[in-house]
Amino acid sequence: MAVVFEKPKALTDAVLHYCPGCTHGIVHRLVAEVIDELGIEGKTIGIAPVGCSVFAYNYFTCDMVEAAHGRAPAVATGVKRSDPEKIVFTYQGDGDLASIGMCETVHSAARGENITIIFINNAIYGMTGGQMAPTSLPGQVTQTSPYGRNTETQGYPIRVCELLSELDGPAYLERVTVNNVKNVRNAKKAIKKAFRNQLEGKGFSLVEVLSSCPTNWGMTPQQALDWIDEKMIPYYPLGVYRDKDGENNG
Amino acid sequence: MQEKVLMKGNEALAEAAILAGCRHYFGYPITPQTEVAAYMSKKMPKIGGVFLQAESEIAAINMVYGVAATGKRAMTSSSSPGIALKCEGISYLAGSDLPALIVNVQRGGPGLGGIQPSQSDYFLATRGPGHGDFHVLVLAPASVQEMADMTLKGFELAEKYRMPCMLLADGTMGQMMEPVVLPDPVELDKTPKDWAVTGTECKREHHIVNSLYLSPAELEKLNLERFERYKKIEEEECMWEEYMMEDADICIVSCGITARVSRNAILEARKQGIKVGMIRPITLWPFPKKPLLAAADKVKSFVSVELNMGQMKEDIELAIRCKKPVYGCTRVGGMITTVDDILAAIKSAAEKGEE
Repeated sequence: MAVVFEKPKALTDAVLHYCPGCTHGIVHRLVAEVIDELGIEGKTIGIAPVGCSVFAYNYFTCDMVEAAHGRAPAVATGVKRSDPEKIVFTYQGDGDLASIGMCETVHSAARGENITIIFINNAIYGMTGGQMAPTSLPGQVTQTSPYGRNTETQGYPIRVCELLSELDGPAYLERVTVNNVKNVRNAKKAIKKAFRNQLEGKGFSLVEVLSSCPTNWGMTPQQALDWIDEKMIPYYPLGVYRDKDGENNG
Repeated sequence: MQEKVLMKGNEALAEAAILAGCRHYFGYPITPQTEVAAYMSKKMPKIGGVFLQAESEIAAINMVYGVAATGKRAMTSSSSPGIALKCEGISYLAGSDLPALIVNVQRGGPGLGGIQPSQSDYFLATRGPGHGDFHVLVLAPASVQEMADMTLKGFELAEKYRMPCMLLADGTMGQMMEPVVLPDPVELDKTPKDWAVTGTECKREHHIVNSLYLSPAELEKLNLERFERYKKIEEEECMWEEYMMEDADICIVSCGITARVSRNAILEARKQGIKVGMIRPITLWPFPKKPLLAAADKVKSFVSVELNMGQMKEDIELAIRCKKPVYGCTRVGGMITTVDDILAAIKSAAEKGEE
């Protein structure tokens, strides 16, 4: 009998703790499939963040380090500088990467640190129960923006790929999403490229994945996936923001 | 055995770290320890090591955390305000049972304070620099020679007990030049640690370096285990030096630069007929309680000489179970106790006796 579908080897048997309809599970799977396909499980070291994906260290079969909130790129820098032959990735949410850890994010990008960052942007703090994130949209209702994010007092969302694209350091920056099959396939391509870049020594690669949080957005899973199309993508356009491989630097 | 050379304390500790096999240094400029970073930036590239000027103290300590997680020797250095920023990372190192060396060349505070020598981070270092219940090993050098020796010792102890170690120097120790015999280079065991993240090679279960435990029972157990280790350290690793204690009526307790000044004051006091000695703690945590308690049965009083408002004085009182009075002799803000300051404190103590 032909096997048509199986769990990636790079994922453990642990049951994921994510809410129904959350897209973390899809992205975990994509990362694991890429690790399998590149044959790098044995030499990969992952850095888990603080946020919904804090337990990522239980889900990947490679060696894992749990970092303090926002510090994953600095920890990854230490691991990579200790052993440049290893493949080092961080998996971070928007609060972790774009708020408390923005300094570490920008400077690891500016250094062109040869690491891979998977950045989950779901426009909310999920683990703590739905507070405003640096990427929450204008007008978005959250626990700490109960009247909707007011840009006059709460400022504007941060577009991470665009911001980092101003730097000379990054090798590859792409924003993708996983809200339908076609987008999942594109997301996998981007994640694979971000890991392959590291294998080839090309430097800092970050893939931003627009993700859903039905629980804290107060939506059904389907509504949440639609909300990505209707609200998130217009503010956070999908696409490649830097590719030292193919770009004319345009 | 290496030759005797004249070196600045900061440079001696940097060279000693390299001789101790440390090949990963992460730092951020701050007076009065910047020479450590400058020295490392010159040396590390030539010996295949890593020098990285981090974007912040926070990033630097987390880079140290990353290297420590791979099982290699790593260090950072800073001065008081920068150490405050590192405290988050130090707590994570302690919570994940990772060894690392953190150098604190102290300056006056609080806030931005000044850039002159101080010992005002005594509490910060000895009570556990960061959130949570933990200790770090704290070593207090009193010469450029000890800056080098304690660096080596710090790495050894940190690895032995899988915990961070802080070299707690005052600004004077970092800045002054003295002859020093550097340690011989250490040959490190390259065998991967059985807890480190080195890649599974698909041959073993994955290693997880982590300090998150949501089960209270499990977290309590880990805390208790850590404190069992601390108890062993308190029993086995205390270091101190006794000076003219055989016949002393008054015992000075002091570390770092103030211990150096105290020696002169002791000689002067003895000329004037007052029998003074000194117990100089070299480890501040673990604090050498036993020799102090033993001394409490012999001397009439203690004088704590320190560059803060009397932080170590509390530890002395605890160690001697308040059996004898402990007087303070302190200067702060970057001022250093003079021989006259200490002599006055000795005379005052001699007059008061055991009151």
